[in-house]
Amino acid sequence: MSKPEFVYVTYIETTPENLWEALTDGDFTERYWFGVRLRSDWKVGSAFEMVRGDGSVSDAGKVIEYDPPRRLAYTFVNLSDTYKGEPPALATFVIEPYDKLVKLTVTQEGFAEGGKFLDGVSKGWPAILSGLKSMLETGKPLEIPYAAMKFES
Amino acid sequence: MKLDTFKPTTVYTIYIAATREQVWQALTSAEFSRRYFFGNAVEIDLKIGGAFIVRAPDGSLHIAGEVFECDPPRKLTVTFNVNWPALVERLGATLVTYEIEPAGNAVRLTLTEAHDRPIDDDILSGGRQGWPAILSSLKSLLETGTPLAVEMAPPQRMLEALKRLGIGTP
Repeated sequence: MSKPEFVYVTYIETTPENLWEALTDGDFTERYWFGVRLRSDWKVGSAFEMVRGDGSVSDAGKVIEYDPPRRLAYTFVNLSDTYKGEPPALATFVIEPYDKLVKLTVTQEGFAEGGKFLDGVSKGWPAILSGLKSMLETGKPLEIPYAAMKFES
Repeated sequence: MKLDTFKPTTVYTIYIAATREQVWQALTSAEFSRRYFFGNAVEIDLKIGGAFIVRAPDGSLHIAGEVFECDPPRKLTVTFNVNWPALVERLGATLVTYEIEPAGNAVRLTLTEAHDRPIDDDILSGGRQGWPAILSSLKSLLETGTPLAVEMAPPQRMLEALKRLGIGTP
């Protein structure tokens, strides 16, 4: 059995620099990431947080890699009771030029055996990354209701 | 063929700012598919038992199959057998399901590739490489009017694994 992990690949008509900004700039993430701002000073080892519109923190972890515009990695876990006791899982973003496009590969690993967080990120990432692609290609985010993702609660 | 003997090996989900009807049309029309599916044209007789065919840009048969579920604009299940000598004899049929669900101002398209026996990761690498590119381009085409210029060759590890099994490849 291979270790439980999530892998997602998408191709985007943009530049590595623009994609990097979209992945790390709170003003930008707020527009496509269910209203969440990413907050960190992005130094390796520093705290990493997802901050909702009302200022509360939904997810937290720390920065593991910061190599613009190629590789970004941080750990996080959602702080709701649904995932209580589960460890922060490592998300890695690899940005590669692909002809005139950019290939983005997101992997997340380090989930607890029998936990629910893997299911949560497996439902969340496709919506977030689809919204990111739409933002970069059309300037408009998607409006996906949180409930449409059928998260376990 | 019993659909419940098939287990998912690859699942890819993408959200698209379009209607379910537009996504259905994109998945089932020859003219549309040619623009995002590496130049390949889907020809489908939209009824249970109808033929499902994908033609390469030169008109040759690339994929052949049959329609097993057809519920426009919600769900389409077809066998998706690449036309390489001995492939179906050695690996069994490949089953592909598209599900299209509403999600706010977008729709969620879920692609599932399933098989009725264990299949090596090297063989599955072909679909795992191809689907994200095809469906990323489909999304761009529906949202911007222009597909992505993605070109890719089949993964070497897949070609080598097929060769070991005595399956012919181009």
